[in-house]
Amino acid sequence: MNRSQRILPVYTGDVSGACSALFELGGMVVIHDPSGCNSTYNTHDETRWYDHDSLIFISALMERDAILGNDEKLVNDVVDAALELRPKFIALCNSPIPFITGTDFRALCKIVERRTGIPCFYVRTNGMHDYTVGAGGALAAIALRFVREKPHRKATLNILGVTPLDFSEDDAPETLRAFAEDAGFEVTSCWAIGSALEEMTAASEAAVNLVVSSTGIPAARILHERFGTPYVVGRPHGAFSASLADALRAAADSGACAWPCRDLRVSVASGTRCVVGEPVDAGSFAAACELEGEPGVRVVCATESTYDLLSRQDVHAEGEEDVEAALAHAELVYADALYAPVLPDGAHLVVRPHLAFSGRMAKPIVS
Amino acid sequence: MLKRLGPSVVTAGEATSTALFESKLEFNPPAHGVWNIVHVGMLVPESHQIYVCAVNCMRGVVLTAAEMGMADRFSCVILKEADIVRGTVEQVTLEGILDVLRKLELRESLPPCVIVFPVCTHHFLGVSMKRVYRELRRAYPQVDFVEAFMDPIMKRRLSPDVRLRKAMYDPFEPQPADEKLVASLGSDFSLDVDCELRTVLTSGGYRLEDVQGCADYGAFKHLGAASTFICTYPNAVYGVQKAAKRLGRRFLYLPSSFSYVEVAEQHATLREVLRLAPFDEEAEVLRCKAALEDALAEIGDTPIAIDASAHPRPLGLARLLLEHGFRVTEVYLDGVTDEEASALAWLRNNAPGVEISSIVLPELRVASRERTEEVLAIGQKAAWFCGTNRFVNIVEGAGLWGYAGIRTMAHLMREAWSTPKDTRDLIPRKGLGCASCF
Repeated sequence: MNRSQRILPVYTGDVSGACSALFELGGMVVIHDPSGCNSTYNTHDETRWYDHDSLIFISALMERDAILGNDEKLVNDVVDAALELRPKFIALCNSPIPFITGTDFRALCKIVERRTGIPCFYVRTNGMHDYTVGAGGALAAIALRFVREKPHRKATLNILGVTPLDFSEDDAPETLRAFAEDAGFEVTSCWAIGSALEEMTAASEAAVNLVVSSTGIPAARILHERFGTPYVVGRPHGAFSASLADALRAAADSGACAWPCRDLRVSVASGTRCVVGEPVDAGSFAAACELEGEPGVRVVCATESTYDLLSRQDVHAEGEEDVEAALAHAELVYADALYAPVLPDGAHLVVRPHLAFSGRMAKPIVS
Repeated sequence: MLKRLGPSVVTAGEATSTALFESKLEFNPPAHGVWNIVHVGMLVPESHQIYVCAVNCMRGVVLTAAEMGMADRFSCVILKEADIVRGTVEQVTLEGILDVLRKLELRESLPPCVIVFPVCTHHFLGVSMKRVYRELRRAYPQVDFVEAFMDPIMKRRLSPDVRLRKAMYDPFEPQPADEKLVASLGSDFSLDVDCELRTVLTSGGYRLEDVQGCADYGAFKHLGAASTFICTYPNAVYGVQKAAKRLGRRFLYLPSSFSYVEVAEQHATLREVLRLAPFDEEAEVLRCKAALEDALAEIGDTPIAIDASAHPRPLGLARLLLEHGFRVTEVYLDGVTDEEASALAWLRNNAPGVEISSIVLPELRVASRERTEEVLAIGQKAAWFCGTNRFVNIVEGAGLWGYAGIRTMAHLMREAWSTPKDTRDLIPRKGLGCASCF
């Protein structure tokens, strides 16, 4: 039964993904939830919580208000806090119980926005999806709501899909920026570490978007649709970095989107070598291995949003049993350390820490 | 002193009722030493926990177990949107738990005790957990299934923590009472080694045992043979009392207190019920006063902040310290219990300037954590709010009890004042005192 997990943890949830994506943007995120969501997020998934006062709250939903449909309390509490704290925007997130009771979040956003004069939007979550859905939805909302039309500037790019969940190394944003600059691009904005909301509103200037995780794909699609900005999907890894830079330059010239993390992998991947994780990272890593002369590495995508990221040889594994089946013949596995218990006997694990899987254990210090 | 922050801070003088703060949006300070239900459940030796919920709710509990290095004692069943839409939550719950048990039986060994945690969703969808447990017990009669819940939305009922502290003792079976065995139940921590409760019981010929000292599940269940169940932790009163009533045992609630009068009353109760010999309480009180005077000599008029995560009696502690000349300036809590009402009244009349602050209200997220003077904090959250590295690093009372508990607190305060700690490193660690990979 693929719903039960004997020993593996679950990936970060959609609500935490949304919070992570919006953390640095000066807004206020309210999770309509009784308890737990905030604690789970800031304990295990948010490495910035101790040092940065981001406005992320829960509504402390109570049984009575959920059953009787007392949304007025939520609205009043959000309005009171917003008028006191003056965030740049307000984002509302759903959780399982308001999902069951059918709370109309879009209507609530309109009421809150009217009462506060502060932009308010809904990030479509319900606690039942993984972070790729929540973070993707949050960045998409920014692309839809805040980015203004500006003329394209040559040799500029946005980096889309950067959160600590997929980029837990402290220097990851700088490394990505350095990669972009080495490829000949000026970075307009990085979604969403190290860029203010104001920088992101100018994202339409960019000649191309670099999507470094699946959480950036929905925003990339919106920016493509709204402003015609092409996007290239891949994360710099070893020998793959040069190919990714080539793809970026080509896309900036042609205006065509490209998926090198998928399309540059041509070797047969028999399943004896596997990389488990998020598809852009795993695909890019597998491509790097191939370019560096390693036999084909199969991507075992263990996160929810696959979009068009998987090749025919790849596997989408939903849950522990799927992962075990996908790794059944593996001899070498690149994955987070917490996957160790489900590896077949004799398989060698090369640890690739992933914060969205093992939480702050993926970091050397407590967050 | 705190900057005045709307409705999130009041002075003791203004605290005319025990309901100090309105329910609003909430945030969570980055201090995680307080135990959650995973930590508490792990106290049952050889038990296996199974949670049935959506991924976002699952994440915190499954990683709690992983951080404890106890992932092998934890499994989960994931609820998805389709289960809610199709009405299959009950089926998935039952089949998922059975599936976990089959795998455990096949690959490892069947645990003697399984603690099952359904969630808010099960209430809202009218899932019959009675049926689920009936089927589980039919399939695995050799396993004790403990009926817990993780349902924080049900705020008008007992909290998940309180219910777990009842459910975890349900496996105690009727058995002959051992008159000389006393069980200390319900607290996350063993009573302090210096605690006089241990010595008075031993001198009366009693053996004091607790969950923390049980090597295996059999030893845990044997605690039910104790003739007397003692509870020192408020959240466990309901559960331990229920267990005592069911098994026909004596129940004594002897909460950890900072009032000499209350401690003396507790000793009197023990003497009466267990026929213990009197001991020199005046000498004990004098030793407490001496310990507090020694601490005062070092700490002086340093402002002191106390939070409710450190001890269930933050206001009682504030009163004790103020009565002994310390300068308590801030207390962090979100509710005043009935047990603390008298301490609040005392503060209102005798220390009206003490500021009482919420821990969770939104304004506190952006409140300044800089103070003009260095603060001595008692508790992790007070340490964070006051931006200090001089703090007493305890949670949930830490097993302090009686006169010895007061002296230990004085000692911990001296130690905290003289030896700064790495607050940034220590307080985000989860479950203080539990096994941890950090």
